[in-house]
Amino acid sequence: MTGHQFLFWVFAAVTCGGAIAVVLTQNVVRMAFWLIVSLGASAGLFFLLNADFVGTAQLLVYVGGTLVLLVFGVMLTASGPFSKMQTRPGELFLAGIVAFLLLGLLGSSVCSVDWDRVVASTNAGQPITTHHALNQGYNRPEEGNTGHPLGMAFLGMRPDRDLAPGTKTLSTGYLLPFEIASVHLLVVLIGAAYLARAKRRIHPNES
Amino acid sequence: MDLSSYLLVGAVLFVAGVVCMATKRNGIGVLMGVELVLNGANINFVAFANYTKLGLDGQVISLFVIVMAAAEAAVALAIALSFYNNHLTIDVDQANQLQG
Repeated sequence: MTGHQFLFWVFAAVTCGGAIAVVLTQNVVRMAFWLIVSLGASAGLFFLLNADFVGTAQLLVYVGGTLVLLVFGVMLTASGPFSKMQTRPGELFLAGIVAFLLLGLLGSSVCSVDWDRVVASTNAGQPITTHHALNQGYNRPEEGNTGHPLGMAFLGMRPDRDLAPGTKTLSTGYLLPFEIASVHLLVVLIGAAYLARAKRRIHPNES
Repeated sequence: MDLSSYLLVGAVLFVAGVVCMATKRNGIGVLMGVELVLNGANINFVAFANYTKLGLDGQVISLFVIVMAAAEAAVALAIALSFYNNHLTIDVDQANQLQG
């Protein structure tokens, strides 16, 4: 067993175990903790897949931002000590059956496809030009594999496609979706601040 | 490791997220299920980016998914806070005012 395989099994086990623990836990704060464990381990899977920038963004945005937001939401919406929001056992049993059926469907469809043949057929006639092979002369090793190509792709240029030997293409990048995403984030934050603004709380027994 | 083992991890995350969305009665628990589903899709995108000709495009799409998940969490938490301010609970079974 190589080191890559060992790390894959560790990260995959922690990711899947954390996700299942999120489903089985009834306490919301513990659910948030298991979600942190699961998302952090999946960032490790991203590092194993040579996607170092995506893994870093996962750690920064998900674990550092989104989950802190979720925990604040848990704190601000604490229910009373006598209100119980448990799932009924019958519903849990039914959900377990549906989960096993859905997992069996997805797993059998993943395992029934011969992925080597699919990959070979999509690469018919041309060699796989991954960005790692292209970057060898351009990036210093401490800058990571994907930082520069991802930045160029977001600016609308694709040197990882167009600079390959023998290609005469001019690929388009992701400048317009990047701008749309930034304006979308601005609109979303203004809308969230408007929705969550401080209001006088209406007690149900007053009205 | 080959592609299908990463796809199986993504499938487990997807199923866990769907079951979490379906069974949790707490509104924030439903949100956590959505995050799990998006993360399973992200693992699939990055795995295909590494093993097939998809290349860098898969990583770009997974970055967009991360950004959209952050935006979605912000809006959904604002809605949850607004609902809590009006109803003093976050139980999604109580959110039946629009029921016909």
